[in-house]
Order: sequence, then structure tokens, then C-alpha cells
Amino acid sequence: MIEFVDVGKTFQSVSGPIVALRNVNLTIGDGEIFGIIGLSGAGKSTLVRCINFLEEPTEGRVIVDGEDLGQVGPKRLRQIRRNIGMIFQSFNLLEQRNVFDNVKFPLTLGRFDRKAADARVEELLTLVGLWDRRKSYPSQLSGGQKQRVAIARALATNPKYLLCDEATSALDPVATESVLSLLRHINETLGVTIVVITHEMHVIEKICTSVAVIADSEIKEVGKVADVFSDPKTRTAKELIMPDLVRYAGKKPGEIQFRLLFNGESSDMPLISALALETGVAVNIVYADTKNVDGKVFGRMVITLPAEKAENADKVTAFFDENHIKYVIETDDEDQSADDTTIAEVADDE
Amino acid sequence: MNSTLLLSTFDKIIRDWPYVVELFQKGEIAAALGITVWMVLLSVTFSYVLGLPVGIILYVTDKTGIKPNVVVNKILGVIVNIFRSIPFIILMVAFLPVAKSLVGKSYGNAAMVVMLVIGAAPYVARMVESSLKEVDKGVIEAAQSLGANTFQIIVKVLLPEARPSLMIGAIISTVTVIGYTAMAATIGGAGLGALAITQGHLRGHQAVIWTAVVLIVLIVQLIQEGGMWLVKKTDRRVRNENKRNKAQKNK
Repeated sequence: MIEFVDVGKTFQSVSGPIVALRNVNLTIGDGEIFGIIGLSGAGKSTLVRCINFLEEPTEGRVIVDGEDLGQVGPKRLRQIRRNIGMIFQSFNLLEQRNVFDNVKFPLTLGRFDRKAADARVEELLTLVGLWDRRKSYPSQLSGGQKQRVAIARALATNPKYLLCDEATSALDPVATESVLSLLRHINETLGVTIVVITHEMHVIEKICTSVAVIADSEIKEVGKVADVFSDPKTRTAKELIMPDLVRYAGKKPGEIQFRLLFNGESSDMPLISALALETGVAVNIVYADTKNVDGKVFGRMVITLPAEKAENADKVTAFFDENHIKYVIETDDEDQSADDTTIAEVADDE
Repeated sequence: MNSTLLLSTFDKIIRDWPYVVELFQKGEIAAALGITVWMVLLSVTFSYVLGLPVGIILYVTDKTGIKPNVVVNKILGVIVNIFRSIPFIILMVAFLPVAKSLVGKSYGNAAMVVMLVIGAAPYVARMVESSLKEVDKGVIEAAQSLGANTFQIIVKVLLPEARPSLMIGAIISTVTVIGYTAMAATIGGAGLGALAITQGHLRGHQAVIWTAVVLIVLIVQLIQEGGMWLVKKTDRRVRNENKRNKAQKNK
């Protein structure tokens, strides 16, 4: 288990102190794939580096499996690091070593039996599907292949944790998919707890179980992915998770707005037509972002009921309940009325 | 006017040629060449014995390095800068007592090697430091995340990853040292430079000077071109299409 207790990090720069993290409290449970999402500059890279103390927090404590990293000596810290693998956006492979030696590298840092190390490398390269490229050098590999080598290297010492710092941000969609599937496979088969840092929502959606939203050096929201993504509470989370929706689905006063969530429901039913036919209530679709995958719908849709028909809201909710459609009724909070604010402006006013 | 000057130089060289042949037959040219090569090899080796660790310490203790230490970094940096700012010809005479205490003589080839090391080691240190700075910080971070200690990072990551750049630095340093060896005559040393000055300049044999020049140019060319060939051959970052295709065929 990884625990952050009141963690803060302030960098000293020539132009004065820069706060990278403020008052972070977070618990990452074993076996989870924990996502941390935020825009660039939000502090997420600093946050993940606090887990293996590549960055030392200036306040608070980081506790890994009961050990306060701020209290252990350098030798113990290096041992703990061998239990926390890490992969990076720019792969960071040793350019002058071939694939085999890159994966073997962590096994040359401690006391490992040579033969056992070679066997371990074979096992890992087979796991990531690159055993036949073992003699290639990093410059001869594609981005996705490099990241898979990096994953194999990070797993060489059999770590309990794997940190991924924007691991798919430099990859094309196909390579991203393959790396994400591999990460999930590793989580499921080896039981490795994975912490994923990203600015891409689909990465979180695809593999994470829990998610923390970070902005302006603070954790804004934490929860199960399904909960946070279907009903983000904070303005920041909404901006990150559904920027288009926040920007375009402006709500007029008095209007009732329903946000519908589809997470694998059948796409057979013509939902909006059925709603109109069964309840006799006409609604307006103001936003939709749905995907049909193998006959199942994923995504979200926003429909509104005009102010003068507001009394029909009960009929609509009854229809949704009856058909097991998840929905959220948008409220008239202050946040929501500022629908034309850009992300940058939101970041400023908090 | 220039053309007449040029012609008279050529004329002298041709008239002097028998003297060059005589020196060659006496084995003096081969001896001078041998001494130059020997001095260069010895002084480059010792310059690296001193300069490589200093360069590594300069890199490691830098404020952006893996073990920042302002005091050590500043002290070493100042020492290196002082030695680098003294012109070699002055350094050579100023530090003759050091040579005497080290090799017993304050003149001759051995003393010259000491001088060359004093002159080149600080230069080598800066070359090494700048080569190490080229290594991607992310790779070092990755090694740290894998639990590598400072020594392991230096030996297993920094030096191998900086190898191509270190090799280029060694080529440049060697060529620079070759230039310095020509000053050996000043303190009674031998070699191609001394040959050009004593047999060529002082005795007025233009042909000897130009023979020495041609030989030095050849040595420099050999080291530069051969060295760069080796750098390219051993640098694994080079995207070699043939190698790549071969690797894929083997798949």
C-alpha cells in the first residue's frame, strides 16, 4: 500500500519558490491500477516521483508498505526502489545496450545469480513479446517496442509496484492499446499494483480501477473510475473528463438537463425515440459522445427538457429507471453557469 | 611577388632533398616519429588517468549532477580553469621543477611528457565533463529508479552511454597533444617538432621542416579519420538501415 500523508513539494527557483504539490493525501491499495490525471504542469509527474523518492517531498510523508521513505537511509531506499519499477514517456532505455542487456541491467545492480538473471530476462522478454528482438538496439525499435522493453526492465526485479509516467503519451494509438493491454495483463497475472500518470482520459478509462484528479498542485477528486467519470463533482474534474461537454452543453436557467451515461448497455433500443413515444415528452439532445462497440454503447449524452416542460421531469426519470439507464441531473450550481470559461482560466481562478 | 617566394621555397626544398634522404638513412626521421608517437601515447594515457576522474567528479558534483557538492565542484573547477588559462609554452617552463621531482630531470622527453600531462589533463577533464553532460538525464533517472547507486550509475550508465562522445573527446585531445609535442625542443626534447626546429629551421633546411609537417599531418589524419570510423562503428544509436533489415530478417 502506498500512502501520501499531507505531502507537499516546493521547488526553490531563482524567481522564488514554486509549489508543485500541496497537501496531498492519497492511498493506493494493493492490486489496483490507480490513475492520476491532470493537465501538464498540474504536478502529477512530481507526485509519482515522490513514490520512489526521485523527488523528495518538502512536507509530509510518503509511506510504502508501512515504511516512511523520508526516514530510511540511502541503502534501504535503493532496496525499496527495486520493489517499485518505473517506466517513462521517453522510455529512457540504455541506447548503447541491446534489448537483452537493457532488461538484464537491473539484475546487474544487486547480487543476482548470472544464470538465473539470463533466465529471468528470457521470461520477461517472452512476456512482452520481444524475445526475438533481444539482439536489437533501442534505436532499431519502434516506440511501442521500446516501451515494452522498458516494462520488461522495470519488472526484472519482481517489483510489487509499477509507476507509469505518461507511458503512452509518445505512442500512436495502436501502440498505446498494446502497451495498455500489456499493463492490464501484468496487473491481472502478476498482481503488480500499477500507478498511471496521464493527461489522457481514455488511458484511465481503459485500464484504471481508481482515479485521482490533480490540478494546481492539489488532488481535487479521488474515487473509483466509474464514479468519478460518470459523475465528476468538481469543476476541474469535469473540465478534464468531459471538456467538450462543459464547453458546449451550456444550460439555460430553468432548463432541466440530464446527463446520460452508457457503459456497455445494449445499443438495440432506440432510446430517445422510445422515450418520446412512451412518455410523450420531447427532449432535445444538446451533446452526445457515444461509441457503439460490438452492439454495446459507451459514452455520454446530454439531453434537456425545456423550462416550460419541467413538470415532465418525473416521467423522464421514471423511464430511465425502468430501462436501467444511468443518469445525472445537472444542477444550477455556480460552476456550471461559467460554461464558456476555458481550461486555462479555470486553472487561474482556483 | 608571392609566386617568386613560393618558387624559391620549392627550389630550396628540392635542393635540400638529399639532406632529408641522408637523415632518413641514418634513421633519424624514424626515431623522431617514434618519439613523437611515444610521447603522445604516454601523455594522452596519463592525461586520462588524471582527467577522467576529475571530469567525472566535476559532472557528479555539479548542482544539477547526481551528487551535488558545491564546495568540491567549485574548488576543482577553479583549479582546472587556472591550468587551462596558462599558455602551454609558459606552463612548460613554469612547472619544470615538478618534472624534476617526478622524473628526475627538468629537460628531455620524460620531462616533456610530464609537461604535456599537466597541460592536457585539465583539458581532458572538461572534455569528459561535457561528454557526460550529453547523457540523457532520463536514463540516469531510470537507473536511479531501479536502485542503482552513484558508483553503478557512473560505471554502468554514464560512461557506456557517453562512450561515443568520450571517444570523440579523446580524438580531439590527442590531436591537441600532438600539437603540443612539437614544443619539446624548447626543453631539450626530441621528436618531429624538435627535428623540424633543430635540423630544419636552425640549420636552414626547408625540406626537413616540410617533411616533419607532412608526417605530423599524416598522424593527425590517421587519428582523426580512424577514430571517427571507430566511433561510428561502435555507436549503437546510429540507425543503420542494413543492420535493421538484417535484424528483421533474422526474426
